[in-house]
Amino acid sequence: MAAVTTRAERIGHPIAIVAIIVVTLIFLAPILWITSTAFKPRAVATSVPPTVIFQPEVTPFVKLFTKRVQLREQPTQEVYDAAPWWEQAIFDNGERVLRVRGNVQPSQYGNRFINSLIVAGLSTILAVGMGTFTAYGFSRFKIAGRDDLLFFILSTRMLPPIVVAIPMFLMYRTFSLTDTHIGLIILYTAFNLSFAVWLMKGFMDEIPKEYEEAALVDGYTRMQAFFKIVLPEATTGIAATAVFSFIIAWNEYAFALILTNRRAQTAPPFIPSQIGSGVVDWTAIAAGTFLFLLPVAIFTFLLRNHLLRGVTFGAIRK
Amino acid sequence: MSTISLQSIEKYFGENYVIRKLNLEIADREFVVLLGPSGCGKTTTLRAIAGLEAIDSGDILIDGKPVQHLRAGDRDIAFVFQLFALYPHLSAYDNIAFPLRATREGTDVVDRQVREVAKALQIEHLLKSMPSALSGGDMQRVAIGRALVRRPKALLMDEPIGALDAKLREDMRSELKRLHVENEATTVYVTHDQVEAMSLADRIAIMHDGVLQQVGTPDDVYLYPANLFVAQFVGSPVMNIADIEVRSGNGATRIEPHGSGVGFEFPAELGNMLAAAGDGGLKLGVRPEGIQVAHEQTTGFQQVEAHLIEPLGAYDIVDLKVGDQFLRARTASGFVNRPGDQVWARLDEEQTHFFDANSGDSLGIRLGG
Ligand SMILES: Nc1ncnc2c1ncn2[C@@H]1O[C@H](COP(=O)(O)OP(=O)(O)OP(=O)(O)O)[C@@H](O)[C@H]1O
Ligand SMILES: [Mg+2]
Repeated sequence: MAAVTTRAERIGHPIAIVAIIVVTLIFLAPILWITSTAFKPRAVATSVPPTVIFQPEVTPFVKLFTKRVQLREQPTQEVYDAAPWWEQAIFDNGERVLRVRGNVQPSQYGNRFINSLIVAGLSTILAVGMGTFTAYGFSRFKIAGRDDLLFFILSTRMLPPIVVAIPMFLMYRTFSLTDTHIGLIILYTAFNLSFAVWLMKGFMDEIPKEYEEAALVDGYTRMQAFFKIVLPEATTGIAATAVFSFIIAWNEYAFALILTNRRAQTAPPFIPSQIGSGVVDWTAIAAGTFLFLLPVAIFTFLLRNHLLRGVTFGAIRK
Repeated sequence: MSTISLQSIEKYFGENYVIRKLNLEIADREFVVLLGPSGCGKTTTLRAIAGLEAIDSGDILIDGKPVQHLRAGDRDIAFVFQLFALYPHLSAYDNIAFPLRATREGTDVVDRQVREVAKALQIEHLLKSMPSALSGGDMQRVAIGRALVRRPKALLMDEPIGALDAKLREDMRSELKRLHVENEATTVYVTHDQVEAMSLADRIAIMHDGVLQQVGTPDDVYLYPANLFVAQFVGSPVMNIADIEVRSGNGATRIEPHGSGVGFEFPAELGNMLAAAGDGGLKLGVRPEGIQVAHEQTTGFQQVEAHLIEPLGAYDIVDLKVGDQFLRARTASGFVNRPGDQVWARLDEEQTHFFDANSGDSLGIRLGG
């Protein structure tokens, strides 16, 4: 093979480019749609055909985060001028922000969003942390019945989770874990752990054991070798496992719906619950959904360098 | 620096009996090479000394103290792995400094020692590089630096240059030799390459199937192989081995490769020596350079046919057809003109070995010399 590549080879075949663009558009269409709806005036949100060009508004987000009351009449100019800019945005919709003793009353969305962050974040840390240790053990030590144990760990994911929903609910009620953060964290950790163990085991197996052995010979304990050598080498795997675990915990709907209703409720069951209360305001729901998409996108973006495999490979010659 | 003593080491991997009652004494500052074919247990032996592999029975003594129950880190030895095992996330400098940091040395002490060892290895300009940016030879220099920096009691190396290409291997070989001379570190070095073993070792320990076959200086194992395995494993091209029949008479002993009808002449006393050795089958072993070849009929030489000629530059290897057997001889290049020529050959009695065909052991018969 000559080392010369033609321009077409470098950029790709025109048909391939077209195909990639089409597929990308198909995949991105729902996200574009939700994002644009989150900034649309309510009047054009559900128009047919869809309005593509419009003046973006923050009204949907104000509605998302506040409790509001209907106005009986248009606000006077005085009231209008006295209101902060974000409240002015909803006067046009015939509503105003609910205040109790001068304090703006927030909606539940912020709480639910924070619940989601707490539950998904902590359960990811726990699952990946325990999974990494467990995988290291399985990868490096002779463990009686290792293959059976690994299969058992995987088998916990073979049952469709919803099958155990009712027993889970009863157990959670008995132990007063319903509608608690800790309850959901335990559940999601258990969910993700088997997956984390298997994924991390694959990554651990690829880290040559000579690395730790070199450290052991040089006077480090196995624990030190693990933290100084194995963990840095495993960052790619840890990042990948963390992203997957986070996505699963972040998006989980069924158990969040069954096991939580107020204090510890996460965003997924909350967002659709708003559809049922009074007039459906699709722009506010779109705003909620749009914000819900952001953490996973940001998390993945932050870890993107670690997700690229092979950056640190090559120092052991194969 | 210090001595290492292996006493009756045994190691099983499940059913697999990998090291069989191995005894080996390694003197202070000695460079011992463990040589043997793939899978014979060299690496396992080395790892056992390092404490990376537990042994099933026997004693490992370093400086006279049993260490088989000590953890690897407490044995104060350094290990160089075949695949270097440089930490990819650390620079060359930090790789070399890594063992020192285990002992919580001060930064300036660490720095001085790292630079000292880097200077000896001529890798000062590479200290800032990451391992992935280094060539194979430089990676190995860094790995050796990491081993030497701590001034360990002993240096263990498992095929440290086996992954390099031929030219680089030769360079590194002389560099290792120089390093050993300068550092005088007691060294155990594993390889399956006999040239490496011959050129580096003070003594070579040859292993086969977990059994130590022979320990001796490179000359010892080359000139006086203890058994058929060593005879054939050491030396290139390989030593000729043939089943033989012994005939005495006319003031000489004739040694005839089995069924060849060609009897090579040896001094008469050989007949008695062979007879004393027992009545089992006998094998002869002679290296290609131990076969003398002449163009004309000469006394004491037997007529044979040159069957194949392999020109190897400095010399030729000629396959001599002896009856229906072949012996390979080494001649000056171009000595035999073409295949099919008739030549006369003789076995140099000083370079001819005799082995018990059943046990494979050398009879220890040394003629002349
Ligand atoms: N961790 C292990 N578990 C089970 N068997 C092993 C293990 N390590 C080595 N063995 C077996 O022990 C025997 C000796 O292996 P060892 O690695 O010591 O050979 P070696 O002489 O170093 O060979 P090579 O030249 O290929 O490196 C082989 O049969 C090998 O399959
Ligand atoms: Mg080996």
